[in-house]
Amino acid sequence: MEPLDLDLDDSEIKLPSEPMLINVGPSHPAMHGTVRVVMELSGETIERCDVQVGYLHRGFEKMCERGNWSQVFPYVDRCNYVSPMLNNVGFALACEKALGVTVPERCQYYRMILGEMARVSDHLTAAGAMAMELGAFTPFLWMMKGREMIWDLLEEETGARLTHSFGRVGGMAAPPTDGFKENSLAVAEHLLGIISEVEALLYGNRIFLDRLQDVGVMKAEDAVSLGWTGPILRASGVPYDVRKADPYLKYGEVDFEVPIGEHGDSYDRFVVRIEEIKQSMRIVEQCTEKIPDSGPVNIDDPRVVLPPKEEVYTTIEGTIRHFKIVMEGLKIPAGEVYSYTEGGNGELGFYLVIDGSGTPYRVRIRPPAFLNTGGLEMLITGAMVADVVPCFGSLNMIGGECDR
Amino acid sequence: MSKALVELIKKNFPSAVLETHAQHGDETVVLDPGSWHEVAAFLKGAPQADMNMLVDLTAVDYLDREPRFEIVAHLHSLTRGHRIRLKSRVGDKDGEEVEIDTLTDLWASANWMERECFDMFGVRFTGHPDLRRILMYPEFIGHPLRKDYPADKIQPLVPYRDAENIQKLPPFGPDEGMSFGRQTHEWVAEEDDADQPPIAVDEVHT
Repeated sequence: MEPLDLDLDDSEIKLPSEPMLINVGPSHPAMHGTVRVVMELSGETIERCDVQVGYLHRGFEKMCERGNWSQVFPYVDRCNYVSPMLNNVGFALACEKALGVTVPERCQYYRMILGEMARVSDHLTAAGAMAMELGAFTPFLWMMKGREMIWDLLEEETGARLTHSFGRVGGMAAPPTDGFKENSLAVAEHLLGIISEVEALLYGNRIFLDRLQDVGVMKAEDAVSLGWTGPILRASGVPYDVRKADPYLKYGEVDFEVPIGEHGDSYDRFVVRIEEIKQSMRIVEQCTEKIPDSGPVNIDDPRVVLPPKEEVYTTIEGTIRHFKIVMEGLKIPAGEVYSYTEGGNGELGFYLVIDGSGTPYRVRIRPPAFLNTGGLEMLITGAMVADVVPCFGSLNMIGGECDR
Repeated sequence: MSKALVELIKKNFPSAVLETHAQHGDETVVLDPGSWHEVAAFLKGAPQADMNMLVDLTAVDYLDREPRFEIVAHLHSLTRGHRIRLKSRVGDKDGEEVEIDTLTDLWASANWMERECFDMFGVRFTGHPDLRRILMYPEFIGHPLRKDYPADKIQPLVPYRDAENIQKLPPFGPDEGMSFGRQTHEWVAEEDDADQPPIAVDEVHT
């Protein structure tokens, strides 16, 4: 029998080692939407990785070139399916910029309130899912409860919980309902309550802090170079918010702050989202004070806006107007336009090429999630394999928007 | 968008600027494709421009024009708050030889956007480190956002990919599974027959 007390220091034992390939996704509970990450590990450290997207590509940009301008709305709805109202409004604003029209004041405030509600629903989903992936299921359920209230509100307004298709070029599909102001304020109050409960649960939670703080740090210059926008850019300390930098609608007239992070780690990305929810609620409160109770919601242009149904059924002019817009599509003067708004995850841009017919020539959607996910490779290279899930969760990649 | 920026580009690169225009306040500079990278690098580095973010990069297919494709980039300066749109026209009528310099060495965001542009339009970015398809699968034939790609075109089925060092059964043999779940790939079957008889299930499990 061999002696067991071999002096290990004298003879170095060489163990064979080779990099290990690990595949996560495309269909994996921690990969929201469908994305595949192939990692090469050395021990538990990620040496190289390849992020593969495109599993949810549905060819929206191609499909947009087949219908008329109004038929783009359902497609943009399904891009970011967590905050579809922001996409609706963003696309409507792009068309309105090309047409050179501005919607009435009532509609602008209406769009802002609905948009901020949608943004909060986006942030609640992102923050909730992030907490859930670290084992904190309670905040997730509370946040889903909050999101449910928002969706109830949006359902009351638009008739649909998720894919509203409520935006129109030159206005909205319908004016605000009678109880809109009270409902929004009630939802805002509830949400603030939920947020303070979530903060109390998570901000003192050692597991939560240890898993997020100083993990997945992104420096400001790298984030800018990667084209990151939205909460994750602000978490890296760059105070860029389209609503402040280039105010659209009435954002120049409401008072709100842009929360920014210090370290650019996953924890800052979480906190920035939570703080933004509070700011959004501030905007909602100010807007409900300012929104006029009566007045038109749509612009008064028979070439752009569909006539009221009453008129369509009783007058020949109304019927012709309706027919022209539905069959030929509304005409936008030829040219090109790039319009950008602050979506749930960053700068949501629409680059439209218009040939003057009723059909879009090219609709380019500048998806924030696509560029945000492009930074995942840089974010997790060199990190531990267990940090992939919280880092990825903090980016809030929305598959529909990323792959279109 | 900034008029001063257009003047700056015109002054520094008089031969590269083919035309300028502004519609709806979006200042646009159309560049010679040869100086695409040079002008972009200047805009990123020059202190009076300081375009530190490449917001968007895409292409537009004008089927009846020559050059056929328009590469469109939107730049933004977070420090100075101005924006500009750069364009360049490349490619012949057949859509072959569509090439332009990559911007990946200037902005990291160019990496994925150029891959997408290559995937969708077949624009080759020379110098790109990793020009693969990104939204479509590698076996996809054609470039879907080109105007001569029919929207209802059906792509051929893709055979199972060969993965090395993976010992496993093919999902369904010719007589296994439900008939509706059975996929047949003639070329795969032919190769298998030529080499060896298909593996029996029992053999592998024991």
